[in-house]
Amino acid sequence: MPGFLLEMQLPGLMPDGGWILLAKKTITGPAFIENSLPNVYAHWGDFLSAMKDTLIMELWAGSVSFLIGLILGIVLTVTRPGGILENRIIYQTLDKIVNMFRSIPFIILLTALMPLSRLIMGTAIYVRGAIVPLVFGCTPFFIRQVEAALAQTDYGLVEAALSMGCSPLDVIWRVYLKESIGHIARGTTITAISLLGLTAMAGAVGAGGLGDFAIRYGHDRNMTDITWITVLVLVIAVSIVQTFGGWVAKKNTH
Amino acid sequence: MKPLLQAEHITKDYQLGEVTVHALKDVSFEIYEKELIVILGPSGSGKSTTLNILGGIETVTSGSVIYGSLKLNKADPQKLTAYRREHIGFIFQFYNLLPGLTALENIALSAELSNHPLDPGKLLEEVGLADRRDHFPNRLSGGEQQRIAIARALCKNPDLLLCDEPTGALDSRTGVQVLKLLEGFCRSYEKTVVLITHNRDIARIADRVFYFKDGRLEKIETNPDPKKPDEIMW
Ligand SMILES: Nc1ncnc2c1ncn2[C@@H]1O[C@H](COP(=O)(O)OP(=O)(O)OP(=O)(O)O)[C@@H](O)[C@H]1O
Ligand SMILES: [Mg+2]
Repeated sequence: MPGFLLEMQLPGLMPDGGWILLAKKTITGPAFIENSLPNVYAHWGDFLSAMKDTLIMELWAGSVSFLIGLILGIVLTVTRPGGILENRIIYQTLDKIVNMFRSIPFIILLTALMPLSRLIMGTAIYVRGAIVPLVFGCTPFFIRQVEAALAQTDYGLVEAALSMGCSPLDVIWRVYLKESIGHIARGTTITAISLLGLTAMAGAVGAGGLGDFAIRYGHDRNMTDITWITVLVLVIAVSIVQTFGGWVAKKNTH
Repeated sequence: MKPLLQAEHITKDYQLGEVTVHALKDVSFEIYEKELIVILGPSGSGKSTTLNILGGIETVTSGSVIYGSLKLNKADPQKLTAYRREHIGFIFQFYNLLPGLTALENIALSAELSNHPLDPGKLLEEVGLADRRDHFPNRLSGGEQQRIAIARALCKNPDLLLCDEPTGALDSRTGVQVLKLLEGFCRSYEKTVVLITHNRDIARIADRVFYFKDGRLEKIETNPDPKKPDEIMW
């Protein structure tokens, strides 16, 4: 591991509410990690590959869920009673399926979808084996987020667009989607964060990732520093997602 | 003058659970090219229903509506969309501008839908809002938003402009401004305008006035001397 400098500033809270600097220390990387986080140091390679596994699961399952969820969320919106392509059968069927999948605990989905996972991905374990259940766990949630986002669209705008001669596809694209980018960005953020939670659980089918890493070492072998570092990485990941989502949402709200 | 559009014995029923609402009961009329028609009538008398049928956003329960060679009552949704795109401009009481688009973009959007549009920038000038081209709708007053909505409808260069209480939410001075634009479009572009209002004074600018009552077209009055919007007050 390459050496690096880390400047630590440890703030402390004074009784009067002000901050003071408790310690300022410059430490070289490996030595610092070796001393303060001995278990993380010892399992550094595992730690990196756990982060990589989590990232792969998040990106793959997230992208697939985003696409499917966006499309099905739109389908639900336009086929609902009073929608621009009202269709009872499609709406009712899809609505029930979404509800059903939303009510199944993820840990059950993980095992129940093993045969399907084997069929689609060729395996039911490792990172590859986790993608299918993750998509099934995440998509219904995102569909509801998309539905809620699109429901914010003023129906007067839809009527105005139709009256101008926009086709249903025009209305979906120009009114529903373009006017809801901000809301969809917020829904995407929430979904990405909840997906991160699911990827941690996916460790249960041997998918690896940070959740698995924390359980195997942090919990099972009582290596507390590993638990803490895992939590820290996840907090940072969530903050990044949240900040980016918030930025996109803000840019698209007038 | 030849008729632009003919409605013959149209009826419209709405089913509300067990109850059937007869919104239109055997209504017939013709609309001629270059006419300015005002529709008057109490609330719930079927004015909006009629206008929406003319614009192809609602279909009749029975009877026929004929525009040129197109039978609206027989047309499928694609045909109706094409009809609206080609021939119709709509203006509502509430302006329904897309909040994510600037004033100019809102107008340009409708120009895109037409194959013989007018120039969006020029229309913005005509409605007197050239300096607001890059503003979003939430920064404009009600009257300004309505003028943008009018520019948006006119920009398609429609043959038939349908206005549902366009001045309903505006004070009388702003209302006259809006009427001037609509009347001007009718007279100088030689297009047909149908306008719903609750205001009898506004009816004085019309060539003909349709009086609706309880789902029927009670009478049609021809106005021998249509006034300019400037000349009416309310
Ligand atoms: N979508 C609908 N579903 C059920 N009933 C409707 C619907 N639209 C209109 N109606 C009914 O049809 C009748 C005529 O309505 P319409 O909107 O044409 O009236 P209007 O003359 O435009 O009234 P207002 O001046 O209040 O706008 C009313 O009784 C109304 O309740
Ligand atoms: Mg009405």
